[in-house]
Amino acid sequence: MSLPPFERFYEQHREEIFAFLVRRLGRDRAEDAFQETFLRALRAYPKLRHGEHLRAWAYTIASRIAVDEHRRPRADADLPELESLDGRPAFAQLEHLADQLPPTERAAVVLRYGYDLDYSDIGAALGSNATAARQAASAGIRRLRQKELR
Amino acid sequence: MNTVSPDLDRRFRDAAAQEGLLDVAYDLVDSPIGSLLVATSPRGLCRISYDADPEREVEQLAGAFGIRVLRSPKPIDAARRELDEYFEGKRHSFDLPVDVALLADFNRRVLRELARVPYGEVVTYGELAARAARPRAARAVGMVMNRNPLPIVLPCHRVIGANGKLTGYAGGLERKETLLRLEGAIL
Repeated sequence: MSLPPFERFYEQHREEIFAFLVRRLGRDRAEDAFQETFLRALRAYPKLRHGEHLRAWAYTIASRIAVDEHRRPRADADLPELESLDGRPAFAQLEHLADQLPPTERAAVVLRYGYDLDYSDIGAALGSNATAARQAASAGIRRLRQKELR
Repeated sequence: MNTVSPDLDRRFRDAAAQEGLLDVAYDLVDSPIGSLLVATSPRGLCRISYDADPEREVEQLAGAFGIRVLRSPKPIDAARRELDEYFEGKRHSFDLPVDVALLADFNRRVLRELARVPYGEVVTYGELAARAARPRAARAVGMVMNRNPLPIVLPCHRVIGANGKLTGYAGGLERKETLLRLEGAIL
């Protein structure tokens, strides 16, 4: 599938990405995160080689920004540190580990365990549903375990 | 409601242009001869379309100029203002930079000559061909006019047949007539 013009990508995904960010961050912070998500997507867009998995890609960027937003200290909140013990965030480690998985499983594993999305959001990102997302994530985890044993 | 407000949408479209991330920005501009789709690249105005089907137009712009095409009103403001002034009869020439880099040499040369045809005057296809140093290329000049990416700003409406007839116009003869009447070239 060839890469659509950015206008089309934006039109197709803006509403669900915004709704997702509102669920994660609340309405006020979602607005900044929304803008940042699509600016980041726009910067990276010419480097994409094809138009597949664009929805999962958009969710991945939005999730990353939501995580960053959560980490950012706010005047009215004392937020816990989300980084793992060796200082690298969980999602960064997972993305690397999951590199070898088939695309759907990879996206499901990274979005579930790296970004802590629930299965209905992941299903939406993958263009399927919560059940299929759960199956893809566990298939991916099984595959990762097998690789580790070998 | 968790939907993208027009204000948020507008802020993103402004920011994308502001940060210089677009290959092409476009918007629709109202005019007395219908809605115009106006597009600009970082180098200058690159398309004006009559009766545009935005979806198809966006595909074509992406194919020609790059994949980062976004509707974004701000970069079109200067063109919108100059077009408004033109249609109010207050502007006789355009000061907008144009991007015709992708056109063939011959087309560029003909369009450069076309841009020199003054407001309120007309030339024939043959005359324009002669000015572009290809005196026998009247028909080819007709094709260049037909494919002019920037009608109105590059005034292909000022080019008429040797017999004085308006001959043709990619946007329809009615529009050609309206433009020439606005400029006082015909009564």
